[in-house]
Amino acid sequence: MAKRLDIKDLNLYYGKFHAVENVSLAVPPKNVTAFIGPSGCGKSTVLRSLNRMHEVAPGARVEGKVLLDGEDIYASTVDPVEVRRTIGMVFQRPNPFPTMSIRDNVVAGLKLAGVKNKKELDEVAERSLRGANLWNEVKDRLDRPGGGLSGGQQQRLCIARAIAVQPDVLLMDEPCSALDPISTLAIEDLITELKKDYTIVIVTHNMQQAARVSDQTAFFNLLGVGQPGQLIEVDDTEKIFSNPGQKATEDYISGRFG
Amino acid sequence: MSTNLADPTRLATPPTFQAVSLSRRIKNGFATTLVWGAFLIAIIPLVWVLYTVIQRGFPVILDGDWWQKSLSGLLARQQGGGAYHAIYGTLVQGLVCGIISVPIGIMIAIYLVEYGGRSKLAKATTFMVDILTGVPSIVAALFVYTVWITYAGMGRSAFAVSIALVLLMVPVVVRTTEEMLKIVPDELREASYALGIPKWKTIVKIVIPTALSGILTGIMLALARVMGETAPVLVLAAYAPFINYNLFSGPMASLPLMMVNERNNPTQAGFERLWGAAITLVLIITLFNLLATVISRVLAPKTK
Amino acid sequence: MNDPVVAKRPAGSGDPGAVRGVAAAPTASEAPIPPTPAAPETTKAPHVRPGDRIFRGLATGSGVFIVVLIGAIGLFLILQAIPSLGLDQINFLTSREWNTTDPANLRFGILDLLLVTVIVSILALLIAMPIALGIALFLTQYAPRNLARPFAYVVDLLAAVPSIVFGLWGLFVLGPVLFPFSEWLIENLGWIPLFAKGNVNVQLGGTIFTAGIVVAVMILPIITAVSREVFDRTPRMHIEGAIALGATKWEVVRTTVLPFGKAGYVSASMLGLGRALGETIAVMIILSTTSASFGWSLFDGGATFASKIALAAPEFNDTRSAGAYIAAGLVLFVLTFVVNAIARSIVAGHKEYE
Repeated sequence: MAKRLDIKDLNLYYGKFHAVENVSLAVPPKNVTAFIGPSGCGKSTVLRSLNRMHEVAPGARVEGKVLLDGEDIYASTVDPVEVRRTIGMVFQRPNPFPTMSIRDNVVAGLKLAGVKNKKELDEVAERSLRGANLWNEVKDRLDRPGGGLSGGQQQRLCIARAIAVQPDVLLMDEPCSALDPISTLAIEDLITELKKDYTIVIVTHNMQQAARVSDQTAFFNLLGVGQPGQLIEVDDTEKIFSNPGQKATEDYISGRFG
Repeated sequence: MSTNLADPTRLATPPTFQAVSLSRRIKNGFATTLVWGAFLIAIIPLVWVLYTVIQRGFPVILDGDWWQKSLSGLLARQQGGGAYHAIYGTLVQGLVCGIISVPIGIMIAIYLVEYGGRSKLAKATTFMVDILTGVPSIVAALFVYTVWITYAGMGRSAFAVSIALVLLMVPVVVRTTEEMLKIVPDELREASYALGIPKWKTIVKIVIPTALSGILTGIMLALARVMGETAPVLVLAAYAPFINYNLFSGPMASLPLMMVNERNNPTQAGFERLWGAAITLVLIITLFNLLATVISRVLAPKTK
Repeated sequence: MNDPVVAKRPAGSGDPGAVRGVAAAPTASEAPIPPTPAAPETTKAPHVRPGDRIFRGLATGSGVFIVVLIGAIGLFLILQAIPSLGLDQINFLTSREWNTTDPANLRFGILDLLLVTVIVSILALLIAMPIALGIALFLTQYAPRNLARPFAYVVDLLAAVPSIVFGLWGLFVLGPVLFPFSEWLIENLGWIPLFAKGNVNVQLGGTIFTAGIVVAVMILPIITAVSREVFDRTPRMHIEGAIALGATKWEVVRTTVLPFGKAGYVSASMLGLGRALGETIAVMIILSTTSASFGWSLFDGGATFASKIALAAPEFNDTRSAGAYIAAGLVLFVLTFVVNAIARSIVAGHKEYE
């Protein structure tokens, strides 16, 4: 299931704007990699390029390679839709489909891919909701709209929805930034559990969060306004937070700028 | 804005505060009166028109025959008969128009919102829809007359009317659908793409259902509007006092056409038919408007 | 918090399925990636799903369809009007005569139609504009908050009444009521050409005066609705600023809402004028036809472009005669098009209304 990601010489553009420059990075399987850095440094952009969501924006362009277990997801023979089915994503703000019930939200990916077997769908729904630590809270109201849940529950619903299609990698774009501290804790616990089965990449603004949940941390920075974002360093989380190799990293994590 | 500044009586201020000068108070009171007056003036014709229609037409539609019979075989001065033939015509012409307009209008809106971006074709399409929005119904009818009857050599028919109504309905459907699609948050599209759902399925299964209540409401309002249109039926269909189920040939009645026909009939029978048709048309339009409200309530995405 | 570069992404229009904008990766995996910065559209998408291709084709096709359709319609109309214009024995733009009964001797000019159309519309606009302004201010600034919505709905109901019902009401109900007033105007102000005794029997009510009032009622909802929308967007800060200065309600409206919404109100009125110019059935039913030409009185009868066409349309049988009416229809179309275009361009020049 869980696969490794290798990012090689990645350059990302929005039209003429060079957003991210020369990123190379390895994401080991069954491991949590955190992207940290100041606003505008391109960490979310890099994350979105890992399942080809970056190119959804008009004029957005990608150069370089992203290898999933050695296979380039940007090869011309690869269907971006398949890439996204293999590499799932959870967004900043919880975004359950408003027209669907909780159950339908969870199995939306499978249902729309043509799976019709009700028994199978119910099983997947239960397994995914259990996997997202949400089953006990919603098992009695699976047919209610997903929009009626609290923010934290909605975000776990979105995680359940993402893991229902059994991806190899799970990308999380600041998944807790819209949540209260208790919901945040629930999600962080969940990430630690999901690590057993999935390769996880998480973008976060919260350095304590990166320290708590990740095994590896990548620090991105911006040299100046209008300049492309760059990967400054990547290392074991422990090392980054105790003894970073670069001055900029140290300044950032010690709160001297950013 | 529940400020007491609007209310001159409250300006009896405590001594510490200087009173607002008399001329300012007069101006303010005068403006308030005018603005209220304008609203009341607008209500007068509405109430008056509805009163006229109800008072003259209501007794007519109480008769069961009105809803079940046509005017077949009746002379202009003979009372009795009904408007079944015209009701059928109005509904079926509107329905056919809707069947053609809705898919075209929705697809154009999807193109504009989801695919077109800022391309030249998208700009041209928007421009053409804008033109259509402003076209007077009589000009739309002339369009269809020229193409359908003069060039294609077809006769006047209910179907020609439906096509003219399509020209009037499509821009309304495009505009409402466009508005509704635009307010569907991009986050839902992204969530769907991230699940590996192709773009077209995302539009059909996620975006459209989210916008559905607004789209259907718009369609109902558009239908209500085109069914009251008289110019196209006048130009493109001949009146028949009997029932004609054939869309493609022969004269077919509709409520507006029946009214045009009976307006010069000075007899009591003519009076009854005229105002009976008027109240029936108003009722049908009201029904579609109500339907629009119900749809927007029932189908709106729920949170509970 | 989002990264600004991501947040700035324009809505819609992106195409996730296609690799549009992505530099084509060379098949040999060792080859270096060539930088291709300025060629986003040139790379051919190798992987577009059939479903996506079909759906995209359908959507784009609908766009093309409407463009081609309207182009074709315009072309057909012009093609049909030209031969009749060629057969016209008198000047199309400056003559007042309209006689198309003999296709071999077509005599038609639009001057009277144009004048009557414009006079009816201007009269309607003059009546409707101040009232619509009052209603829009009422609904956005004066009406109690919880009643504003139902009140607005009531005004919108006016738009739901079919044109033909307004026409019948105008002719059979309003006309007779207006008669004493019309008579008084003719007797006392008859020396002004506008109020002179007209060319139709004023007792029947089929005058430009009646038609103008009815059309005014019909264009009220559109002017009100658009103005209301603009007035509603007056920045809260402006209004609160004026209140904080101790302005009365009217002063608040005069110094903030009206200056902000003026352009929108003018644009709304132009949209209303567009509707008035094209209004067909109500005018056709109300206006008494006459063979006399228009004499600049509100108590004249006559015909507008739209009512003239509507009256003649059921009897169209000769393409040459029909062509004369189509030519008149084209002039009406151009007229409404110009007015609507002006309305749109006014709003387009004001980004704060978006």
